[in-house]
Amino acid sequence: MEQVIVNGLYLGAQYALIALGLTLIFALMNVLNFAHGQMYVLGAFVVYTIYGQLHMPFVVALVASALTLAVLGGLIERFLFRTVIKRSVRDESTMLLAAAVAYFLDAVILLLFGEKQRGVPKIISGTFISDNLIIPYDRVLVAGLAIVFIATFVLMMQYTKPGRAMRALAQDRVAAQLMGVNVEFYSLIGFALGALLAGLVGGLLVTITGVNSGIGGPISIKAFMMVMIGGAGVVGGAIAGGFILGMMESVGLSVLHAYGDITYLVIFVALIVFLSIRPNGLMGKPWG
Amino acid sequence: MLMSRSNSLTAVVVFLVVVLIIVPLAISATHRTDLFYTLSSVALLAIASGGVWLTFFIGRINIGQGAFALMGGYVSAILIVTYGVSFWLSLPLAGLFCAGASILIGLPILRLRGVYFAMVTLVLTEVVRLLTLAVPITNGAKGMVSIPPPGELSIFGLTLIPSFATMSERNEAFYFLSVIAMCLCFAALYRLVQSRVGRLFVALQQNEDLASSMGLNVPALRVLAYSISSFLGGVCGAVFVAITQSIYPSSFTIADSVNFMLYCFLGGLGFVFGPMLGTLVLYFGWDLLFATGEYQLLIYSGVLILLMLALPNGLLSLRKFNWRRS
Repeated sequence: MEQVIVNGLYLGAQYALIALGLTLIFALMNVLNFAHGQMYVLGAFVVYTIYGQLHMPFVVALVASALTLAVLGGLIERFLFRTVIKRSVRDESTMLLAAAVAYFLDAVILLLFGEKQRGVPKIISGTFISDNLIIPYDRVLVAGLAIVFIATFVLMMQYTKPGRAMRALAQDRVAAQLMGVNVEFYSLIGFALGALLAGLVGGLLVTITGVNSGIGGPISIKAFMMVMIGGAGVVGGAIAGGFILGMMESVGLSVLHAYGDITYLVIFVALIVFLSIRPNGLMGKPWG
Repeated sequence: MLMSRSNSLTAVVVFLVVVLIIVPLAISATHRTDLFYTLSSVALLAIASGGVWLTFFIGRINIGQGAFALMGGYVSAILIVTYGVSFWLSLPLAGLFCAGASILIGLPILRLRGVYFAMVTLVLTEVVRLLTLAVPITNGAKGMVSIPPPGELSIFGLTLIPSFATMSERNEAFYFLSVIAMCLCFAALYRLVQSRVGRLFVALQQNEDLASSMGLNVPALRVLAYSISSFLGGVCGAVFVAITQSIYPSSFTIADSVNFMLYCFLGGLGFVFGPMLGTLVLYFGWDLLFATGEYQLLIYSGVLILLMLALPNGLLSLRKFNWRRS
């Protein structure tokens, strides 16, 4: 059982980091970023290329992955979403754009990196073994890094000027603008930051699970679920949702193992029931 | 309306002549019978997208139509194979089953708004897929194959539709079946949108709280719209099963659900016939791009992005634009 809980915490830390990026973009722009999973995959492939192929230090690869995604996110916001949001009659139009961007990134990733499952060498070797626990050290490191990133992000949102500006933007776009917040600039920064987080977690996880070009969609769906559990557009909710989903997966896979492959069915149904009772998730605002 | 009554009547007649006479003749003349299959798919997907469009019409983003298409497909397949029901009876039964299921599911989840509803419907597609894998009657991942083609439909010994099994060109028969179903579906949708209930749906789209305070039974209305939508999804799935004579848990996936939504968007959310045009353009475009091989998805999504930048309110918004100018 200890093993199951440790696995859940480890998964949760990763998931929370994925959900943070998604929820940030949603809070700032009211955009449901379908391409989040693809951004994750792209980040993973950047690390694969730089660390796995070119044998540069892992830190360099991770920074490169974060920067690539931040630039890409910024460009997507500046040239695609901003234009469409300005011109479209209904907010939902951004969803078509997001889905199209997801397809586009999928196609680019497939063309650049092929369809093979790719892995990289372990960042550190060795395994912690005790009576009822087996934890490879690289998992500890990755989970630790994830938690450090989450903490940094939360502190930044709480105490720095851009963080405050973005929170203001999430609360009320018009009011923030009236108070002199440069709305366009901080939307750009927010989108870039969300993409950066996706790249970071992709770069971290490639060292453990590897990556292939087809996992973008499923990752996006998991991220949507975490955001729903916690409440869309709320930082605390995304973190809670990530850990809850990680724990449910870990426990479900070990407990429901005997009944066949129904863990996800149970999780999905539980989620629908939960949302019917609490339509805004754990800490979401009404109206999503 | 934009057009006068006689104009729109002419447009309908022209449309019917084109899809029921000119297109089949042209295809037969050029011997491109594979196009019958492609166009039947377009017509069926347009029906399902029409359903999605109706949920957009009450202000809900529905990314779960794949769930009902899959459900309808399985209901039809099980009725035909296991219980020996005629295809023609299984078609409305599949639709009604989906409508019934959507009432049960819709009552709780239609309380959700905005992205929450969108994401729950997305999850719903996955739930139905996993259910078909887990439930014994659906035959798991192996799916159900060699489902017999539709038999003859007769009333009091009078044959209305001959048995599909005896036909030499089955694809053509399915083409007519799908296109007629599509025309009926969109005629009904058009009528619905123009009716009193349609006006009430608009009220829901604009402001549910306000609509409720005006005395509308908001929960009943939105469940009504959702069940009509799911009925159409189920019918689409059932006919698809008849065409392909098989169904698997992966016949309709999340990608299909997302596509249904894209078809609506591309056609334009403000127009009843938007989903029809959107499906034609996107599905046909995807098919045409097959020749580009590995660049198919890249070009397709690239064009989609450009279209979105140029016409964020859908293809049919062009028409409105012209009308305003003149």
